[in-house]
Amino acid sequence: MLSKKQAKIFFLGGTILFMLIFIGMSVHSLMVGIPKNTNDSEINDQVKLGKQLWDKNNCMGCHTIMGEGAYYAPELTRVYTRRGEAYIQAVLTAPEGWGFRGRKMVKYDFTEEEVAGLMAFLKWMDKTDLNGFPPEPSLPAPLQ
Amino acid sequence: MKYTSQKIAYHFFALSMLLLVLQIIYGFIMGFAHMGYDVLHDIIPFNAAVTIHKNLLVVWILSGFMGAAYYIIPDESDNELWSVPIAKLQFWSFAIVGVVAVAGFHVGWWEGRKFLEIPRPLDYLVAGNVILFLVIILMTLLKGKQQTTTAWVLTMGLVFAALLYLPGMIYFDNLSVDSFFRWWVVHLWVEGVWELIMGGILSYLLIKITGVDREVIEKWLYVVVGLTFLSGILGTGHHYYYTGGPDYWLMIGGIFSAMEPLAFLAMTIFAVQMYRKGNKKHPNKLALYWTLNTAIVSFLGAGLLGLAHTLPGVNLYTHGTLITAMHGHLAFWGAYASLIFAIISYSMPLMTGRNIFDNRIGHLAFWCSNIGMVAMTAAFAAAGIAQVYLERIAGYEFMVVANELHAHFFVLILAATLFTTGIVLYIVNFFKFGMPTDEALQTEDQFEALKTA
Ligand code: HEC
Ligand code: HEM
Ligand code: HEM
Ligand SMILES: [Fe+2]
Repeated sequence: MLSKKQAKIFFLGGTILFMLIFIGMSVHSLMVGIPKNTNDSEINDQVKLGKQLWDKNNCMGCHTIMGEGAYYAPELTRVYTRRGEAYIQAVLTAPEGWGFRGRKMVKYDFTEEEVAGLMAFLKWMDKTDLNGFPPEPSLPAPLQ
Repeated sequence: MKYTSQKIAYHFFALSMLLLVLQIIYGFIMGFAHMGYDVLHDIIPFNAAVTIHKNLLVVWILSGFMGAAYYIIPDESDNELWSVPIAKLQFWSFAIVGVVAVAGFHVGWWEGRKFLEIPRPLDYLVAGNVILFLVIILMTLLKGKQQTTTAWVLTMGLVFAALLYLPGMIYFDNLSVDSFFRWWVVHLWVEGVWELIMGGILSYLLIKITGVDREVIEKWLYVVVGLTFLSGILGTGHHYYYTGGPDYWLMIGGIFSAMEPLAFLAMTIFAVQMYRKGNKKHPNKLALYWTLNTAIVSFLGAGLLGLAHTLPGVNLYTHGTLITAMHGHLAFWGAYASLIFAIISYSMPLMTGRNIFDNRIGHLAFWCSNIGMVAMTAAFAAAGIAQVYLERIAGYEFMVVANELHAHFFVLILAATLFTTGIVLYIVNFFKFGMPTDEALQTEDQFEALKTA
């Protein structure tokens, strides 16, 4: 039967081994994979501003992006293509706060520069390669 | 209770109970919002409610872990706590930082990063506080007359949980990188080092309650935590499938995260076997119920419901839907909430000298909260499955789908009411114990006699 000492070696050995593999893979992901998939070199000051506003206003507290966040409001990874700039502009500048399908978004008073930042951020996100997420609907569109 | 300094645990347990109640209130706010009654939108918008709900959860669980460590470490290492005044200071500063954080969330003082919303200046205070806590625990352990495996596993879990908080404090311009490190905290906590804490507390409880030989229990403890890291570390990959990571994570994350349930299954078998081997004479039935509940429901919520959406082919469709919320609730409940309930149920009689071991309220609390939570999970599951089919497979717009899900959230609220009834009853029992007292010293000796090796 397994002794306590063997069990301890199993624990320590396994942990150290897999930790090292994980760190190696993480370094590769951070240096090579993620910069390529997310066009890291295209992150300019506008995108950076957008990311800061995204954080500061906790948009993730209602929306998901890359499938992460809360489940109260639409997925935004591909919103730039889905809705286009004019629509998003209207969302971000709605004087009474956006939302007419039953749920309300917070009312924001963004400056023009800030709207441009968020727009650039969503445009950058739109072009990321996320291994096929979000999936294309597999059913044909319903008959109207 | 062997040492008077163990009483400090009571403060942390009481704080836990208070924050749990608040967490539930915000849960109801969100449940109603999902059902179409977002009446508090102007005062507490959804993003405030969700942030407060999640952070209160993390803080009350951490408070419970701290209380557990303050109770267990002196006992295991045969030593008074290193310093009670410093532990009190640590408690009050912890409580104050927690309250300030929650108050701040109401006025938008946050960083919008799921689970790590606490703003940077407070992060430093949290870090300082946790260092203070760890110093007290380590000093107690190192100066003790003995250092058991159980105590070390628990302590190492706490130390690594603190270390892993640090990568979450760095800011990145690239959202994908930000998220990469966010998972070093969130995933490597709940599916890694917190399981060490869980294993440590469970094995302490099993040693005490079942009377099985410590050497046997601790041997299996190593196996359980070994399996945890074997699968859980590379299992982090299940969060890197669709967030900008390279595609090899689909394979690696898929294989290793699919093995994670084994660690939880091992935990279940471990607890149930020790119970069966034990002498079944310990009178504290409530502590026993909660201990076994932890081992069993963590397998259901984390293991099985985790497995349900962890394979890349499935996760492509369920990622970021209410399916995730389904799993999140039962996993946290089974693994960590009921663990805290177990250590509270075990230690309160020994700290206060009042033997509430087996009363009606306690059993009612157990069944209401568990049945309520399982029903809540079912409501989230129904809503989640409908969402996946309508939105991801049929291609309807998010808001169109959301408006079809109101009925599921009505069921959620009904289930949550049953759950909350259970929690209220548990808290009634908690207050029936009264305050801890030195007169309860050595009350444990009466149970020593029950032990058969
Ligand atoms: C209180 C929750 C909440 C917060 C916070 C929030 N939103 Fe929204 N947002 C919504 C809801 C709900 C909708 C959908 C409204 C509708 O279609 O009627 C929406 C819609 C949108 C849309 C259009 C999506 C689509 O597919 O129609 C965009 C773009 C958007 N929000 C961006 C943001 C950004 C950027 C932030 C942060 C600055 C943010 N939102 C914060 C709730 C929120
Ligand atoms: C009893 C009342 C409760 C209700 C009504 C409730 C409801 C909710 C709702 C509606 C959400 C938000 C989902 C979204 O993002 O849109 C949520 C999130 C969450 N709740 Fe609760 N909850 C309750 C109690 C609890 C308890 C006791 C726990 C822990 C044991 C818990 C853990 C969580 C977690 C981890 C999340 C985040 C899930 C995720 O984003 O995947 N909740 N809850
Ligand atoms: C006690 C242990 C666990 C807890 C407390 C827990 C909790 C959670 C929470 C709260 C989330 C949402 C996180 C977020 O979006 O920020 C999540 C996500 C996830 N969990 Fe767990 N979990 C546990 C164990 C497991 C296990 C063992 C598995 C796999 C077998 C698993 C698989 C997943 C997956 C795949 C996701 C991502 C969902 C998505 O793509 O949206 N979890 N978990
Ligand atoms: Fe995970």
